[in-house]
Amino acid sequence: MGIYHLLWLIPALPLLGFLILAIFGLKMPNRAIGIIGCASIGLAALLTIIIGINFLTSPPTGNFYQQTLWTWFSVHGFSPAISFYLDPVSLIFTFVVTFVSFLIHWYSTEYMRGDEGYPRFFAYMNLFVFSMLTLVLANNLLLLYLGWEGVGLCSFLLIGFWYKEQENCYAARKAFIVTRFGDTAMIIGLFLLVKNFNTLNIQDILTKAPSLWQPGATTAFWAAILLLGGALGKSAQLPLQTWLPDAMAGPTPVSALIHAATMVTAGVYLIARMHVLYELAPVVQLIVAIIGAATLLIAGFSALAQRDIKRVLAYSTISQIGYMFLALGVGAWSAAIFHFMIHAFFKGLLFLAAGAVILAMEEEHDMFKMGGLRKKMPVVFWTFLFGSGALAAIPIITAGFYSKDQILFFALASTKGSFWLWLCGFVGAFLTAIYTFRMVFVTFFGEQKKEVHRKPTNSIKIPLIILGILSLIAGFIEIPKAWGNFAPFSSLMNKVMPQVQLAAGMENKEVLLEVITGIIALLGVYLAWQFCLKSPKVLYNFKTTGLGRFIDKFFFKGFMFDQLYDIILVRPVVWLSKIDKRDFVDRIYEAIGNLGLLLNKIFSRTQNGYLRWYVCGLVLGMAVALTIILFV
Amino acid sequence: MMTHIPPNEGLLLAAILFLLGLIGVMTRRNIIYILMCIEIMLNACGLAFVSAGAKWMQADGQVMFIFILAMAAAEVSVGLALILQMHNQHKSVDVNVLNQLKD
Repeated sequence: MGIYHLLWLIPALPLLGFLILAIFGLKMPNRAIGIIGCASIGLAALLTIIIGINFLTSPPTGNFYQQTLWTWFSVHGFSPAISFYLDPVSLIFTFVVTFVSFLIHWYSTEYMRGDEGYPRFFAYMNLFVFSMLTLVLANNLLLLYLGWEGVGLCSFLLIGFWYKEQENCYAARKAFIVTRFGDTAMIIGLFLLVKNFNTLNIQDILTKAPSLWQPGATTAFWAAILLLGGALGKSAQLPLQTWLPDAMAGPTPVSALIHAATMVTAGVYLIARMHVLYELAPVVQLIVAIIGAATLLIAGFSALAQRDIKRVLAYSTISQIGYMFLALGVGAWSAAIFHFMIHAFFKGLLFLAAGAVILAMEEEHDMFKMGGLRKKMPVVFWTFLFGSGALAAIPIITAGFYSKDQILFFALASTKGSFWLWLCGFVGAFLTAIYTFRMVFVTFFGEQKKEVHRKPTNSIKIPLIILGILSLIAGFIEIPKAWGNFAPFSSLMNKVMPQVQLAAGMENKEVLLEVITGIIALLGVYLAWQFCLKSPKVLYNFKTTGLGRFIDKFFFKGFMFDQLYDIILVRPVVWLSKIDKRDFVDRIYEAIGNLGLLLNKIFSRTQNGYLRWYVCGLVLGMAVALTIILFV
Repeated sequence: MMTHIPPNEGLLLAAILFLLGLIGVMTRRNIIYILMCIEIMLNACGLAFVSAGAKWMQADGQVMFIFILAMAAAEVSVGLALILQMHNQHKSVDVNVLNQLKD
């Protein structure tokens, strides 16, 4: 049991790193900053692994460990605590957050070298890891919300990291404001839960909810859908997905860590955590599945037309989180978390490799201006290929196949699944293969259009190699049931999560589905090769036709969601504020200010600099006070 | 052998002394006189404590007087140092000169 008492250190170490860097960072040499920034996360990762091994070999009673540090506050019997809760779900999230963060921090020491904001970067990154760990380890929703807003803040700070360019600031503000819509819904959901349960302790809510609410109860519906709102904002799902592609304005390690591997999956974590609520509100769970399916298709189509390598990856992230939502929606909780883990490995890898390419190309993001980098940057090429293989779910040899295939199977086979949900996921898998390998072929094959400017060093190569290996082999901890009985991941998850309910007669269709998905992925790769390398003329000719141009532009702009929101939200607000510049509310506040000024003018005359005057005031005041005490 | 003084008369004397000191603080312009008037007020307080202690037969009054004595000594040393500085910088001991902090 001894080692569990160190649980609080896992979030505390990054916080300490942040404090040191924030206070002394400007006076420290860059080397020390890099060491502190990495060491705080590295130690947290090490501690997580040790605790994790302990947890797996000798699980604590009830499969959870709770550590209460202190009571946050206490009002009318509502007393949330600063308390950490470790169970298999939070263990997996903590492991991924600390481990992937460590690799990305390591990579950043090289990537950010020479940037004037070096200490600021690592301070923000450490603060982010602290917030994310608070989010996943919190035992009550209020502490979770603290972490939730903390990661939102860090996301804002890091998207606008290069704040001297105005576009980056716009992107940062957009991310902040769009997620605010979701967060507002979420906090209202929390109020609703407090009103019903008088507590925000997650486990208490989960155990009490089934006795308080019937399945399909109206309150359960509202609670679930309001929390879903928060999840949609943070995880960039329809209709709040528009901020994520613009969030690529930040440094590439930030995109890798926050906008791909960890923060954007917080929504998945929230829904998985509150799974009982969603089972009590089947309508909302269906909405989750539909939103996931719609998002993965829209993002997949949008990714097809992007030219910026980071935007392709951003849309693919939205699309992959769509898969996780699809899994959550059909009740395949374990599959969603499994895909989260695998996705964190390969998407972190893809962003880091893309970052290495961007460094080599002197901040060039347009992949059509790169080309032929295969020979010049072999390590980056091979690791990028592994990551792309996992993203496209190339059968058998990549980890992505095992996780995505599981989701597709459950989308069809679960009692909550349907043929249409499966079809969306299936088409999405096809699109994924096409846009992923379009990116690979355009960037690394063909003729070289630009010289390699900066070769990747070891601090860039080693994280890439580690993540590359994981993108290949991490899937083997969850072999499909049809192949053999080896699934330690889901058996770990099922200790605390309900198992997915299969519809009758679906078990033996798994192999058939796997074959179909495998073929479609390979077909996608072939199509990408055909149209991007072998005969790009065909595509080019199509794009010059009227219809082709329209489709290309429509996909490139991400289904015009930005333009739509501009018309229905931004412009009315701007118009209203324009015609309503001087309304009476302003007058009230102006009057308060003027009153203050007036009083100031009167009383400042009493301060005339004569000692005698002050003493008289003192005596007069004392006389009044004495009179009141003695005679009233 | 001390003559026994009725406590009420002691308190009355203390009040008169205190008022005298207060009037001095309010009317004087010379800062040295102001400081001395403050001393008078402090000693009036001390007398009030001692008289009250005698009235209720408690030693606390005399203890407080010793406190006041110590504090008055400290206050005078600081006050005199300030007066020296004031004389150095303004070549005057008139408090009305010191009105630069007015609004």
